[in-house]
Amino acid sequence: MSNSNLPNYLEYKGKYKGIFAWIFSTDHKKIGLLYLYSIMSFFIVGAILGLLMKLELIAPGKTIMEAKSYNAVFTMHGITMIFLIVVPGIPAIFGNFFLPILIGAKDVFYPKLNLLSWWLYIIGAAIALSSQFMNGASPDTGWTFYAPYSFRTQSNVLPALIGAFVLGFSSILTGLNFIVTMHRMRAPGMGWFKMPLFPWTLYGTAWIQLLATPVIGITLLMVVAERVLNIGFFDPALGGDPVLYQHLFWIYSHPAVYIMILPAMGVISEVIPTFAKKEIFGYNAIVISTLLIAFVGYFVWGHHMFTAGMSETSLFAFSFLTFLVAIPSAIKIFNWLATLYKGSIVLKTPMYWAVSFLFVFMIGGLSGLVLGAMAINVHLHDTAFVVSHFHFIVFGGVGFAFFAGIHYWFPKIYGKMYDAWWADTGWIVFFFGFLLLYTPMFYLGIAGMPRRYYDYVPEFHFANILSSFGAFIMIAGLVIIIINLFRSAKNGEKAEVSPWGGQTLEWTISSPPILENFEEIPEIK
Amino acid sequence: MEQDTHDHYDHEGSKLGMWLFIFTELLFFGGLFIVYGVSRYKNGIAFSMSAEELDVTIGTVNTIILLISSATIAMSISSIQMKKAKLTIALLSVTLILGIIFLINKYFEWGAKIDHGLYPGSDVLQQFGNGETLFFGLYYFMTGLHALHIIIGMIFIAVMIVKVRNGKIHADRFVQLENAGLYWHLVDIIWIFLFPLFYLIA
Amino acid sequence: MENSEEHKIVSFKTYLIILVSLICFTLLSVFVTKIDLGNISIIVALSIAAIKSLLVFSVFMHLYYDKKMYSIMVAGVILLMTLVLIITFLDYGF
Repeated sequence: MSNSNLPNYLEYKGKYKGIFAWIFSTDHKKIGLLYLYSIMSFFIVGAILGLLMKLELIAPGKTIMEAKSYNAVFTMHGITMIFLIVVPGIPAIFGNFFLPILIGAKDVFYPKLNLLSWWLYIIGAAIALSSQFMNGASPDTGWTFYAPYSFRTQSNVLPALIGAFVLGFSSILTGLNFIVTMHRMRAPGMGWFKMPLFPWTLYGTAWIQLLATPVIGITLLMVVAERVLNIGFFDPALGGDPVLYQHLFWIYSHPAVYIMILPAMGVISEVIPTFAKKEIFGYNAIVISTLLIAFVGYFVWGHHMFTAGMSETSLFAFSFLTFLVAIPSAIKIFNWLATLYKGSIVLKTPMYWAVSFLFVFMIGGLSGLVLGAMAINVHLHDTAFVVSHFHFIVFGGVGFAFFAGIHYWFPKIYGKMYDAWWADTGWIVFFFGFLLLYTPMFYLGIAGMPRRYYDYVPEFHFANILSSFGAFIMIAGLVIIIINLFRSAKNGEKAEVSPWGGQTLEWTISSPPILENFEEIPEIK
Repeated sequence: MEQDTHDHYDHEGSKLGMWLFIFTELLFFGGLFIVYGVSRYKNGIAFSMSAEELDVTIGTVNTIILLISSATIAMSISSIQMKKAKLTIALLSVTLILGIIFLINKYFEWGAKIDHGLYPGSDVLQQFGNGETLFFGLYYFMTGLHALHIIIGMIFIAVMIVKVRNGKIHADRFVQLENAGLYWHLVDIIWIFLFPLFYLIA
Repeated sequence: MENSEEHKIVSFKTYLIILVSLICFTLLSVFVTKIDLGNISIIVALSIAAIKSLLVFSVFMHLYYDKKMYSIMVAGVILLMTLVLIITFLDYGF
């Protein structure tokens, strides 16, 4: 099969010119790229904030900033990384770009709504970030906005809350769009159980986006009402219950972890079979475990609150459910390993990322079980151990899967190949830096270093130095990766239709795809 | 915008989209119902005492108004299918007017409460105690949010009236009207639960 | 996508019957809560509200006439909300 003669989506001349051809385009591929560029820009901001924190922690006492600025920096790092990057992340970028292609459709069901989602994303981001530039201090509550501090602090929490609320809308609309697309627009012959695994994980994710995000929306609105209208839902001085805020917050924010990680699992489920030259092992098991994770993931939120003073019954129930939700995740790990078993493995850049994903995801998952055990949790709660676990899962999971995905689909998106040597170098530097950055934090947490402090006792110095050095190495890797991809998108060699020999539909159409993906809608046998 | 092939008509798909949106609305109010439930559980007596301040008659009348409006918009969908555009417009207008009456009642109800000094942060409420403050905080927040949904629904219905008149909505293409109906019924269902939770616990 | 599905036209009579029963249920719940039943009265009032919403869902919102898929989805969402509510209450009631 060869590339099509029709103009591809990047060359296609629409109604608008220049930048307007992008920001008013309803083409799902262009919208995917809009998300890619905006998310990558915010990611660089978030990464710099993280680097500043690590620089502060390189020595005890004040190094580059005061406690107050440190509080503001970790808050902004959290808000940007969570609400602007990992929650929309993979669904908004790869989901938008590849979901219609993978199911053999011309576009998503509501193309205009899709564009609106991006606009809402940008507006929400602008509102949230405006808190930095207004009069008064920037928010210092942490990304969790815990009551009652979030309505007592004088800092600019309000724009951050409203921004997060608008971002929630964007997330809901994307989820809604994807579900309808998968229900109504699969190519003729593609039954539910013939759908590739990436769309399946997007389906699970979309339901969580749809059914969990409204809860955070209303919760944030209630905090706004506390600040503006003086209603005391969560204010103990007015009869409210601050722990109830934590319940509501985590009713969204725990499932949100699955909004982040499920699509990442989907990307890995596409990459591994392609480079093992084998069909995925246990397709049905992966589909069912995806849906199970999405469902059970709703009921485990309390494990974030083990030290908040919940009743014994809830402690027991939440700990139990937390162990339960680990099972479907483990099923997936076994499926991927079984896919590799006796495959003819080709080690190319996406595969390096995918295999290292398995490694960091396992560490993240197992440390999660450590935290899910109540007695140990009391010791480790709010320490650097939690930070390390969280970054292994979310950054290790979503980040590594994202880089696997971008190196896997890059030839299709841009129609160019990237420089494999630099890409591999970027990976090994990043991977090494990542491990050096977060592994010492497990130790620090067990030794008792609390999180969210700009200072620590001298005993923790050495491990902190290691961790800070790791941060610099990792950022160096990141720079290599981004520069390499950026240059290759401009000057890379022309890509074939199917450079990796993938079996899914996107590898049957030209690189880059034409305007509506298919010259003829394919029939699936 | 640039692809006219998107102008396909898929009744089932559009309806599914509306249902999914309704689910998010249900969860949106679901979060509030959790707050209500916990607050009431912890302040049971104060909640019953405060509920006596609310007028059951107005509440009942408003409930019945919304129920009738739900029936009229449901009937308008049947009548568009029977190709009776005029009847459809009449039924939709009745729905719209009932929505306005609901809001007017609400306005007077809120106004009377505020005149008595029953609003968040007022001196009167501070004398009562925390449970009462919570009850009225929730009352204003939940009914206010519900009223906002009524307003959105009314805009939705007004647009439908225009579209039926223009002939954009007819017997073969009426999914938008059906979606407007679904939205309006959702608003009704939320009120069906708000009514006993605030008015009938005295 | 083909749009060959037939849409059932529900008669005015059906809607009016449902409307009348909804109003009766409303009056019943007001009447019941006027009698002092203690804690039971709120349970009765909420059960009546549940029946009313079931009527609205199935007839006004056409779940009864539509594809089963919608009913399953609605049931799933309500189940989810109930479970979340129950699990939250594990922290308060038990």
